[in-house]
Amino acid sequence: MAEEIRLMKGNEAIAHAAIRCGADGYFGYPITPQSEILETLMELKPWETTGMVVLQAESEIAAINMVYGGAGCGKAVMTSSSSPGVSLKQEGISYLAGAELPCLIINVMRGGPGLGTIQPSQADYFQTVKGGGHGDYRLITLAPASVQEMADFVGLGFELAFKYNNPAIILADGVIGQMMEKVVLPPFQKRRTEEEIRKNCPWAALGKTADRKRNVITSLELDPAVMEENNIRFQKKYKIIEKEEVRYEEINCEDADYLIVAFGSMARICQKTIEMAQEQGIKIGLLRPITLWPFPSQAIAAYTDKVKGIISVELNAGQMVEDVRLAVNGKVKVEHFGRLGGIVPTPDEVLSAIKEKLM
Amino acid sequence: MDVNEIIKPENLVYGKPRLMNDNAMHYCPGCSHGVVHKLVAEVIEDMGMEENAIGIAPVGCAVFAYNYIDIDWLEAAHGRAPAIATAVKRLNPSKMVFTYQGDGDLAAIGTAETIHACNRGENIVIIFINNGIYGMTGGQMAPTTLEGMVTSTCPYGRNVELNGYPLKISDLVAQLDGACYVTRQSVHTPAAVRKAKKALRQAFENSMNHKGASLVEIVSTCNSGWKMTPDQANKWMEQHMFEKYPLGDLKNE
Repeated sequence: MAEEIRLMKGNEAIAHAAIRCGADGYFGYPITPQSEILETLMELKPWETTGMVVLQAESEIAAINMVYGGAGCGKAVMTSSSSPGVSLKQEGISYLAGAELPCLIINVMRGGPGLGTIQPSQADYFQTVKGGGHGDYRLITLAPASVQEMADFVGLGFELAFKYNNPAIILADGVIGQMMEKVVLPPFQKRRTEEEIRKNCPWAALGKTADRKRNVITSLELDPAVMEENNIRFQKKYKIIEKEEVRYEEINCEDADYLIVAFGSMARICQKTIEMAQEQGIKIGLLRPITLWPFPSQAIAAYTDKVKGIISVELNAGQMVEDVRLAVNGKVKVEHFGRLGGIVPTPDEVLSAIKEKLM
Repeated sequence: MDVNEIIKPENLVYGKPRLMNDNAMHYCPGCSHGVVHKLVAEVIEDMGMEENAIGIAPVGCAVFAYNYIDIDWLEAAHGRAPAIATAVKRLNPSKMVFTYQGDGDLAAIGTAETIHACNRGENIVIIFINNGIYGMTGGQMAPTTLEGMVTSTCPYGRNVELNGYPLKISDLVAQLDGACYVTRQSVHTPAAVRKAKKALRQAFENSMNHKGASLVEIVSTCNSGWKMTPDQANKWMEQHMFEKYPLGDLKNE
């Protein structure tokens, strides 16, 4: 059968993909600009088809703790929110990381700080890749730049989360959540049976059977020596993820004199900037991090000797630019261009910024 | 008669529940938690649900409940146990899911989760230990601390103008359509222990019969936090706690 091409919003694509990927549960709370995820799931009623549980929680805090409960049973569970709501989830995210539970979180970012605006932003970069909650932990962070990637990263997010027993997050922005594009949805996958979960997730709290000790899902350890060991184990895992799971895309980077680093909707806008520059005889390449953590530091560092300057273009006051600077370690000029508070720049605005800052 | 002639299986009138392991409890001597743990273990065994029971431990003195009852557990963030139990039960309807929470966990930081899980009629059991004080952190004021009662954060006694009134959260829960059974029990006498066990059994059966949320409040002592002997604490509880928190069913549908 030919692949069916559908037209839908990024948020809707996430909902469809969740059902098709065999997700066991979604727990969410309405907040603009991502409410279509919960709305679409409620409309699709997957509990009547795949058996997936969908529940509107009383708060973002309750929703992330429902995710903790489901993940603790080895189920494939997810939640979604937007910036202020994701701030509320940070406690739960830290517990999930501390208990080494796989789950999928989606943040469709809007402008902040505070209640901010409902317009798109990328200002939660620091919160997502540098911590957010308390303690030394990392989130596997996927940054979609299209509705297709919104759909594809649901399955990928779950895959990575279960591979490493760690929360994964899709860090989208309001543009990607709200815009409509064509998308090919992933094929239907069956939800795992309890037997399969017991086999693949022997740590899951699904009821103690006679053949094993009790399973306890916890992040608590009062003995500092053991807690240090736990932390060392986390850090070893993070090192492996940094080595194995870096994903990025390079566009027009061969022979480029200047390099843009941009993710999400900004990467899409910068593709147009590159085309405009080409017409003016300026060679600009785009490196688009797909994983924001692990960050494609080595890939960016490879351009140190090749380009005259790098610009990090973000919908924020300069967050990812710090990681770009760390990657090149002062060997090439790195500038930042961004619009704030929900304003999305035009491609020619970006080109003007490149001319002003790098040329 | 030799003692070994008496110690025979046919003479056995009482035994430790199999689900209670031999880990030394961290609870203070005189604390109610040990008795309630034992009752929970007994009820799970009596129902033959050892392999289907999943407990959600709180933050508070019972944070290590998972060290003593030999079933699968999830340790919750402070106050969030009912949200966690919601997902565990909805994703695993055949399991018997309960939370075990203190007054600070359930009635202060976790008020929203408590009210909403009960209001949704989640098929879970909430076991609520109300001793009117924060035990684990060293005896601070709880939402259920009685008026005039001295704690480390109300050292001159709870002043309602400053701190508001003792929160009768079980009465609130009893108003919710999703809650089928709300009862207030204690474990300070053998008779009370027997009644508490019966209440726990009914609550667990409700959850498996999909009748909605059941909340079993156990009015308890914290003799260390109250700075009393266990005996004094039991008497003080009878004289003062039961007046504000009278025992009996608040709702049984």
